[in-house]
Amino acid sequence: MKLISEKGVKRILMATAFSAISALLLIALFIISEGLPFIFKYGLKEFLFSSDWQPHLGKFGIYPMIVASLWVTLGAMVVGAPLGVAGALFLSEYVPKSVMNIIKPTIELLAAIPSVVYGFIGVMVLAPLIRDNFGGPGLSLLSASIILGIMILPTVISISIDSILAVPRSYREGSYALGATTWQTIHMVIVKASKSGIIASIILGMGRAIGETMAVIMVAGNSVNIPHSPLDSVRTLTANIALEMSYATGLHRQALFATGVILFIVIIILNSIASVAIRKRMVKR
Amino acid sequence: MLKKFLLLSFVLIVGLMVWNCGKGKTSITLAGSTAFQPFAETLADQYMSSHPDIAITVQGGGSAVGIQSANSGAAQIGMADLVMLPEEAKALTATIVAKDGIAVVVNPQNKVVNLSTDQVRDIFNGKITNWKEVGGNDVPITVVSREAGSGTRSSFEQIVGNINLKRDALIQDSNGTIRETVANDANSIGYLSHGLINEKIKALKVDDQECTTESIIAGNYKIVRPIYFLVKGSLQGEIKNFIDYILSDEGQKTIKADGLLPAK
Repeated sequence: MKLISEKGVKRILMATAFSAISALLLIALFIISEGLPFIFKYGLKEFLFSSDWQPHLGKFGIYPMIVASLWVTLGAMVVGAPLGVAGALFLSEYVPKSVMNIIKPTIELLAAIPSVVYGFIGVMVLAPLIRDNFGGPGLSLLSASIILGIMILPTVISISIDSILAVPRSYREGSYALGATTWQTIHMVIVKASKSGIIASIILGMGRAIGETMAVIMVAGNSVNIPHSPLDSVRTLTANIALEMSYATGLHRQALFATGVILFIVIIILNSIASVAIRKRMVKR
Repeated sequence: MLKKFLLLSFVLIVGLMVWNCGKGKTSITLAGSTAFQPFAETLADQYMSSHPDIAITVQGGGSAVGIQSANSGAAQIGMADLVMLPEEAKALTATIVAKDGIAVVVNPQNKVVNLSTDQVRDIFNGKITNWKEVGGNDVPITVVSREAGSGTRSSFEQIVGNINLKRDALIQDSNGTIRETVANDANSIGYLSHGLINEKIKALKVDDQECTTESIIAGNYKIVRPIYFLVKGSLQGEIKNFIDYILSDEGQKTIKADGLLPAK
């Protein structure tokens, strides 16, 4: 009896594990099989580097959207990473543990707010502020970066805190015993010891930023345009797919799947760069 | 034990499904144009209350979906709000059930009240970029348009003619978000279904013609598109009865009461 249930559990866990992997494989296969034929038909170079996106005229160039996706993600990093890491350091080093145990779950609650709500706040509060103070249409690269920067905060903060708290107590004690101040301890000992965890938190945040769709559609303005300033309206790869999918037919539809293929590749490239960076640092240490 | 239980519940569920389908309701599915979707829902409710043996389901998806699903048979009736029906729709039987004006709208703070068709075209093409060029304040124009493929956009562009939308125009994906964007931005201009104008935005006169129900019926206001019901094959049976109901005085009255225009 015991043996059977032991085997049964193994089988069930295996089936569950494989269903997750096969879902990933099926999605990848489906997107690639729908999108690749279009890329071959239309020409990869034309598709990637032309900036004309006019589906009704049969012109499909996604260069502006690739640029926009990268800028928006970078902008979100610039806003979210320093805030998140600084917040994590403050909460774990300067604040009593009992207070942190209240504040940390509150910040993690930010992750539970639906992205439509972030988008709504962006449209109603942030975009008018930017329009009135800096000019431009308000719905812009800048507002998308700020909203996404806030959206990735819970990821960055909670994973950073976890890795900072994992630094052994003896490191801190050793540092203080040598006469170091709190700040010296933080930037010379704690940040160095928890670096890989902090970088991992930023990478996970980046993954969320580049894949976010709803909030970006609402605040970025969605014009197919290579941005010349942060106040310009942009359209990301994800927004392009979501905006036009419901109406697209024929070649246009295939072009949207091909956009998905490119997005997939961009994310794989970014993730592998990031994991290589982590591994290098680990080796150095 | 577990197996038996699973099997039993499976049989039960399938049995229920079969039994439910067998109750003999004729079902009609409508899909397509999001602009007409709310009207179709109201009309379907009215029709079902007088014909309890008919079940009508209304789905959105956009005009392209309407044409696709009528062709594939996924829906018996496809709804499309385009000025010119594309190639794929040529084989379908098209009936105009209503008409819809497309209003050019600005923020209520804007001084401008009238634009010519040429000015509208130049603004959306990016030739006119400041409101002072058309009699407004000295502020830049923010153009707001719909996404490629939208029925409202293609109708608007075809009627105004020769529109090659400027690069940095903002794109919103529904009539509702266009309205919000224009209501929030004092310098913006957009276009949307005439039934959706409210006090937060201001509809402009185009070529001195107001975008009102009367003016559209009289044929003065030019930016008007038809709303088609597309059916595969000829009209017959319950589908014909339903379309006849929409075209009847009662159906057309509902359409008019909710802000669209009757077909005739």
